[in-house]
Amino acid sequence: MAGREITYTEAAREALTAAMERDPTIFVLGEGIGERGGNFNTTAGLYDRFGPPRLRDTPICERGFVGLCAGAAMTGTRPVVDFMFVDFLLDAAGELTNQIAKIQYMSGGRLRMPVLLRGCVGIGGGHATHHSGSYYPLFVNVPGLRVAVPASPYDAKGLMAAALSGGDPVIYLEHKSLLGLRGEVPEEDFEVPFGQARICREGTDVTVVAIGPMVPRSLQAADTVAAEGISVEVIDPRTLAPLDLETILASLRKTGKLLVADESFGPCGVGAEIAARVMEHGFDDLGAPVRRLNGAHAPTPYSAPLEAAVAPTADHVADAVRALAEE
Amino acid sequence: MSMTPSAAVQLDLYRTMLRIRRCEEQLARSYAAGKITGACHTYVGQEAVAAGVCAHLRDDDAVFSTHRGHGHALAKGVPPRALMAELFGKATGCSGGRGGSMHLFAPELGMMGTSGIVGPCILQAAGAGYSFQLLETNQVGVAFFGDGAVGNGAFHEGLNLAAIWDLPVLFVCENNMYATEVPFDYAARNTDVAGRADGYGMPGECVDGNDVLAVHAAAGEAVERARSGAGPSLLECRTYRTRPHAEGMGDGGYRSREEIDRWRQRDPIPLLAHSLVDESPTSADDLEAIAAEVDAEIEEAAAFAESSPWPDPATVGDHVYGGGS
Repeated sequence: MAGREITYTEAAREALTAAMERDPTIFVLGEGIGERGGNFNTTAGLYDRFGPPRLRDTPICERGFVGLCAGAAMTGTRPVVDFMFVDFLLDAAGELTNQIAKIQYMSGGRLRMPVLLRGCVGIGGGHATHHSGSYYPLFVNVPGLRVAVPASPYDAKGLMAAALSGGDPVIYLEHKSLLGLRGEVPEEDFEVPFGQARICREGTDVTVVAIGPMVPRSLQAADTVAAEGISVEVIDPRTLAPLDLETILASLRKTGKLLVADESFGPCGVGAEIAARVMEHGFDDLGAPVRRLNGAHAPTPYSAPLEAAVAPTADHVADAVRALAEE
Repeated sequence: MSMTPSAAVQLDLYRTMLRIRRCEEQLARSYAAGKITGACHTYVGQEAVAAGVCAHLRDDDAVFSTHRGHGHALAKGVPPRALMAELFGKATGCSGGRGGSMHLFAPELGMMGTSGIVGPCILQAAGAGYSFQLLETNQVGVAFFGDGAVGNGAFHEGLNLAAIWDLPVLFVCENNMYATEVPFDYAARNTDVAGRADGYGMPGECVDGNDVLAVHAAAGEAVERARSGAGPSLLECRTYRTRPHAEGMGDGGYRSREEIDRWRQRDPIPLLAHSLVDESPTSADDLEAIAAEVDAEIEEAAAFAESSPWPDPATVGDHVYGGGS
C-alpha cells in the first residue's frame, strides 16, 4: 500500500509543528510568518496554535532579528528564523558568521547555538536577482555552521526535525522549484541525520552528485541516457555541511566518473570542494577528470529566456553525463 | 527614587571599581612587557558605569559587551585571575585562551561575551530579553556599548525590536566621546543619545557616567522596570577613557592633554572615596584596607596567569560544532 503523500512545504511544516509542540523553547521569527502563515505557507496555521511570543512577525530588519536570535540562543531558547527568501540573510552576514557560527567555539562549548535559519533559494519563477540566490558555498565555508539542502518531501521533514533537535546552527535551504513537490512522508516523527547522503538511483557508469533541484533534474537525465545505454548513479548529499564524502567515494569506486550538478555558482563552490576532496581521497578511482555543472556565474536576470539561460537543466545534465561516459 | 545606597553598597561599588582599575593597570604593564598580544582596550576612567549597573544584576542576568569589556566582565563577577589568564592566552582563562581581551565568556556568571565587532551586543541583549520573556523568568538582558555603536544599524534595530516587544532589556551607552579616535560630535549631528529613546518609544536617561551613585540610581530604576515586565530602557552614561584607545597606541592629535587632565580630575574612584569619607562613617583607613585586599588579589591573579599552562594545541578543533545534529 502506498504511503501518504504530502508536499515538501507541508512536510517541513509538519516537522516544525511537532517540534514546537514538544519543545516550548522553540520560537519562530520572520516577515509575514505570523497570521499570514508565511509567503510560502511555511507557518500556515501555526499562529493560531502558538501565537506570540512563540511565533511572531518582525519588522524588515534582518540583521536585527538574526542578531537577536543569537542572543536568544545563548540564553536558553531555540530560535527559528524564516527568511522567506534567503537572499535577505546576507543583510545579517556578520551576525551569522561572526557571532552565531563562532560563539560555541569561543565560549569553549559552554554556550550552545541551536539557531535554525531557513528560507527559499534558487532560480525560477522570474523572481530576479534579489530573490533567486543560493549562496550555500558561503555558508559551507564558515566553521560552525551546518547546511541542509533537502530535495524531497521526506528529507524536508527529516532534516527539519534533525535541525530542531540538534545543538548547532543550521541553515536550511528550500529550493523554490521543490516547494510543491509531492512525495511519500511518514506521519510519525523521524529524523534524517546530517551528513548521510542518499543514493537516489543506482548505476554503474557515471556518478552524479546532485544538489537540491538538480536531484529531480538528474534523475530525469538518468532516465534519458539509460535509453542510450548509460547507467547513472545519482547521489543526493542532503547536507553540504557536514558532507558525506564516503558515499561519494564508494560510488566513484564503482563508476570511476563523477559529475557534480549544482545550480549555485561554480567558483569556490560545492562542486569545487567535492572535486578537491575526491582528488585527495579517491584519485586512483578516477577514470576521467571530475566535471562540474553549475548555474551561470551571473546575477539571475528576470526575463524568462534570460533566466532559463542561467539555470542548469536535465538536458544539461544528460549532455555532461554523455561527455563523461565517452571519456 | 534616587536614594543614596547604604555605605555597604557604596563600599562594594568602590571595591568593584578599584578591582577593575588595578586589574587593568596590571594588564597595561603586562602588555608593555609583551605578555599580552593583539588589542587590549582598557576601561580606565569608565569604571563607574560597569560597577553601577552590574550592582543590580543577578548571576542569571545576561550581560553582552564590547571590545572594551574588561570592566563589564569583572563587575559581573568574572574573577581577575580568569580574566588575566585569558589575556595571557592561558588554558585557565575565562575563554580557555580562545578569546583574549575581546572575547570574554563566563556564561555561568551571566557574562555572555564581549565582542570584537561593534553593535552585535545590542542585538544579543535584546535576544536575551526575548528568551526571558518567552520563558517567563524575570531575568534581564543588558548591553554595554560605546557612542561609536550609536551610528550603527544594530542600535536602531535592537532598540526598535526591544521596544515593540516590550523586552526586558537595559541598553547602556557609555558615551566616552570618541569612537577609537573619531569624535562623537563628528559622527553624529545629534549627540543626545538618551534623547533618541523617545524615537523608539522607550524611557531614556542621561547621567554623569563618572558618578557611580548616579549610574547606580538610574540603572536601578531601569533594571527594575525591565524585571517587572515594563520593557526596555536606554541609559546614556557620559564618561571618558583616560588611556589611549588601545594599549601601545599613541594618544595625540585627536584630543588635548588639557581635556584628558580635566577628566582625570573627575576620576570616578576618588570621587566616590571622597564622598564616602565625607558623608558616611567610612574612614580613609577603611578604603586603604580595601585597596590592600584588591592589590593582593590582582597580584595573585597576575601570578596565576603567568604560571598557568598554555592550552593544548590538540584541542584547537574542539567545540567548532557542538554535535547532536
